[in-house]
Amino acid sequence: MTWIVRNLWLIPALPALAAALSALTKQRNRRFASSLAIGSMALAFLLSLVAFAHALSSIGLSEREVLNFPWLQFGTEWLKLGWMLDPLTAVMLVMVTFVGLLIFIYSTGYMDHDENFTRFFCFLSLFAAAMLGVVIANSLLLLFMCWELVGLTSYLLIGFWYQKPSAAAAAKKAFITTRIGDLAFLLGMVWLYSQTGALLFYDQGAGCLENSAIATLVAHTTIAGMTVSTGIAILIFSGAIGKSGQVPLHVWLPDAMEGPTPVSALIHAATMVAAGVFLVARVYPLMSAGSAAHSTLASTPALQVVTWIGAITAVFAALIAVAQDDIKRILAYSTVSQLGYMMLGLGVGGVAVGMFHLITHAFFKALLFLGAGSVIHGCREEQDIHRMGGLRRYMPITFATYAIGMLALCGFPLFFSGFWSKDAILHAAVDWSYSRLPFYLAAFAALLTALYMTRQVYYVFLGERRATTAHEPAHTEDAGHLHECVLNDPHESPAVMTGPLVILAAFAILLGFIGTPAWPWFENFLHSETTSFNFAGFFENGIPLVMLTSTLIVFCGLGLGWWFYGRKPIVSAEAPDALEKLQPQIFNILRHKFYVDEFYQATFIRVNTWLSHLSDWFDRWIWNGVVWIVSHLILALSWLARSTDTYIVNAGFDEGCESVTAGGKLLARLQNGRTQSYVRLVGVAFTALVALLIWSVSR
Amino acid sequence: MTSLTSCILLSSLLFVIGLAGALTRRNAILVLIGIELMLNAANLNFIAFWRYHPHSETLTGFIFVIFSIGIAAAEAAVGLALIISLYRHTRTANIDEVISMRG
Repeated sequence: MTWIVRNLWLIPALPALAAALSALTKQRNRRFASSLAIGSMALAFLLSLVAFAHALSSIGLSEREVLNFPWLQFGTEWLKLGWMLDPLTAVMLVMVTFVGLLIFIYSTGYMDHDENFTRFFCFLSLFAAAMLGVVIANSLLLLFMCWELVGLTSYLLIGFWYQKPSAAAAAKKAFITTRIGDLAFLLGMVWLYSQTGALLFYDQGAGCLENSAIATLVAHTTIAGMTVSTGIAILIFSGAIGKSGQVPLHVWLPDAMEGPTPVSALIHAATMVAAGVFLVARVYPLMSAGSAAHSTLASTPALQVVTWIGAITAVFAALIAVAQDDIKRILAYSTVSQLGYMMLGLGVGGVAVGMFHLITHAFFKALLFLGAGSVIHGCREEQDIHRMGGLRRYMPITFATYAIGMLALCGFPLFFSGFWSKDAILHAAVDWSYSRLPFYLAAFAALLTALYMTRQVYYVFLGERRATTAHEPAHTEDAGHLHECVLNDPHESPAVMTGPLVILAAFAILLGFIGTPAWPWFENFLHSETTSFNFAGFFENGIPLVMLTSTLIVFCGLGLGWWFYGRKPIVSAEAPDALEKLQPQIFNILRHKFYVDEFYQATFIRVNTWLSHLSDWFDRWIWNGVVWIVSHLILALSWLARSTDTYIVNAGFDEGCESVTAGGKLLARLQNGRTQSYVRLVGVAFTALVALLIWSVSR
Repeated sequence: MTSLTSCILLSSLLFVIGLAGALTRRNAILVLIGIELMLNAANLNFIAFWRYHPHSETLTGFIFVIFSIGIAAAEAAVGLALIISLYRHTRTANIDEVISMRG
C-alpha cells in the first residue's frame, strides 16, 4: 500500500480542518480565513496530483487500490468504511481541487466587500471537504454521509445572505428538493445492504459492486418483474436526480442562483451537481448489471431510465434557457441541460463518455459563471441582460474568456473541449441499440444551446451599452455592496478575479485534446489501459458523420442567434426580445419555466400544507389535550391532598390543641390565689372523706 | 340527752359557726376570729370529755386545754402580725383582694 493511498484521507481532511479553524476565528481575521482555505485547498491539490501520478503509473497493473477499516459494531456485525484510489477517483480529485482552488482565489476578490468574508470561506472549505469525501469514498454509506454534508453546505451557501427572504427560501427549496431524492437514495442503500450484506464498493470480492454481489442482485426479481439490481439502481439514481437537477427535481437549481456567484460556479456548476453524475459512474457496475454485452451497448432498464431522463432534461432546460433574462439563470438552466447530457452520455455510452463531459463542463461552466460574476461585479450588481450591453469594450479580458467558455459550451468544432466531449455523447447516442430518439433530442438541445448562448453574448457583451447612467442596483446580490469606483462606466475586475478566468479558459481549450478519437487517452485511462496516437481513429465507426452533423448544428445555432439578435442592434432595455416578437405565447411559457413551480405549488405543496395543518390540529388538540388532561388530573389530586391536609389534619390537630388549652384554662380557675376558696375545698373534701369512712365502716 | 351530749353539741355548734366564719368572711380579722372560735370549740370539747370522764381527778384534759389556749394566743399574735404586715403592703384588709398567688 503506497503512502498516498494510505493517506488519501488527508485530501478531504485538510479543507475540513481549515473549515473548523475558520469557524473559530473572528470575523475580522479575513486574511487568515481565506489563506487557510486557499492553503488547504492548494495542499489538497498537490496531494491529488500525487494520487493522479500514482494512478497513472499503475495503468495496466492494478485497477484500483482500496483501504477499508471497521467503523461501527452492532451485535456481531461490523459497519466498515473505506476509501479508494482508481482512475475515476484520481481524475475527479484533480478536477475538484483545481477548480476549487481557482474559485477560492477568485472569491477573495469577489467577496472582498462582504462583511461575512470569514464565514464564507469556512463554508466553502467545508463544502470542499465534503465533496472530496464523496469522491474518495469506497463505501456507499460514507458516500451518502458526505453527500448529505455537501447538501448541507449547499444550503448554507445558497442562503449565505440569509437576511434576504428570497435567498433563505431558495436555500430551503434546494435542501428539501434534494432531500426527496436522498430519501430514495437511502431506500436503495438499505435495500442493497439487506440483499448483499455489504455497503463497501470493493472489498476483495465481498463488496457490493463486485461479481458475487452483482450476481445475487441480478438473480432475484421484485415487483413488475424487474431485477433487484434494477430496482436498487433506479432508487440510487433518484438521489442523483435530486442532486444533479434532472427533470422532476430540477426546480431548486435556478433558484440557487440567489447565492454568491463563486458559490454558483463551484457548487452548482462544477462540483456538487456533478456529484450525481459521479455517483452513477461510481455504481455503474450495478447500473449495467444483467446486460449481456459490455459498456457501450448496455441497455439495462436502469440505464434506459437514466438515458431518457437525461435526454428530456437536456431539451427541457435548454428550451427554458432561451427565454430567460437574468444572466445567471441562463447559465443555471444551461447547467441543468448539460447535466442531462451527462446522464444521457452515461446511459448510452458508459462511464468514460459521461465523465469526459463532466470534466470539460466543470471547467467551461465554472469559467462562464466566474465571468458572469465578473460582469455583475463590474456592472454594480446588475443581473438583467437587457440592461447590459457593449461590455466588450469595458471588460476585454472577461469578454475574451467568456467567449472561449461560450464556444466550448456550444461545442464549436476542433479547438474547444466541449466539441470533443459532446461529440462522444452524440456518437454513442447514434449507436444506441434501443432507440435513436435520445440522439435527436440531444441534437436539438445542442442547437438550442448555441442559440441561447449567442443570445446571451449579444445581449451582454456585443452591441452598445444600454445600462442607464444612474440606475438603482438590482438588489439581487448583496445590496450593501460598496464600491470604490465612482464612475458610472462598467470596469474590468481586478487581477485576482481575471487570473482564474484566464487559467480556466486555457483548460477549456486544452482539455478537449485528451479525449479525441485519435488519442482517446481519457477513456483508456478510466479503463486502466494505455493509449497510443492513432490518426485513423478519426475515420472509423461513423465518427466523421457525427462530427460533421454536430458542426452543422453548432453553426446553425450560432447563425440563428446572429439572425435574431445580431443583425439589428438591441437598442433599449425595454424593447421586447426578438423571439418574443415572433412567438409571444411560446416565449411566455418558456420564460415562466413551463410553469413547473406553479404546478408543484398547486399540487404537492398544497397537499403538504394541508397535511401540516392536520398535524398541527392533531398536536394542538389531541396530544395537547392528553397532556392537559393528565396535568389537570394531577392538579386535582394535589388539590385533594392539600385540602385534606388543611381541613382535616391541620384543623383536627388545632381542635385538639384548643381543647387542651380550654381544659387547662378551666383547671387554672381553681388556682385563684384566694386562700378562702382553697380552704373551702379542703373542707368539702374532708367532709366527703369522713362520709366515705363512716359509710365504709357501717357496711 | 345527757350533759355530755349537750356539751358536744355546743362545741360542734361553735366549731361550725367558727368554720363558716373562717370560710366566708371578707375581712382578715374576722377570719382570725373564726379560727379562734374553732380552737375554743375544740378546747370546750376537751373540757367536756375531761369533766364527764369517770376518773376526772387527773388533770390531763385540763392541762391540754391550758396549753391549747396558750398556743391559740401565740398564734393569734402571729396572725395579727401577718394581717398588719399585709395591710402595710396592700392597704386593705379585704382578703378577696389579695390574689397575687393566682395561677
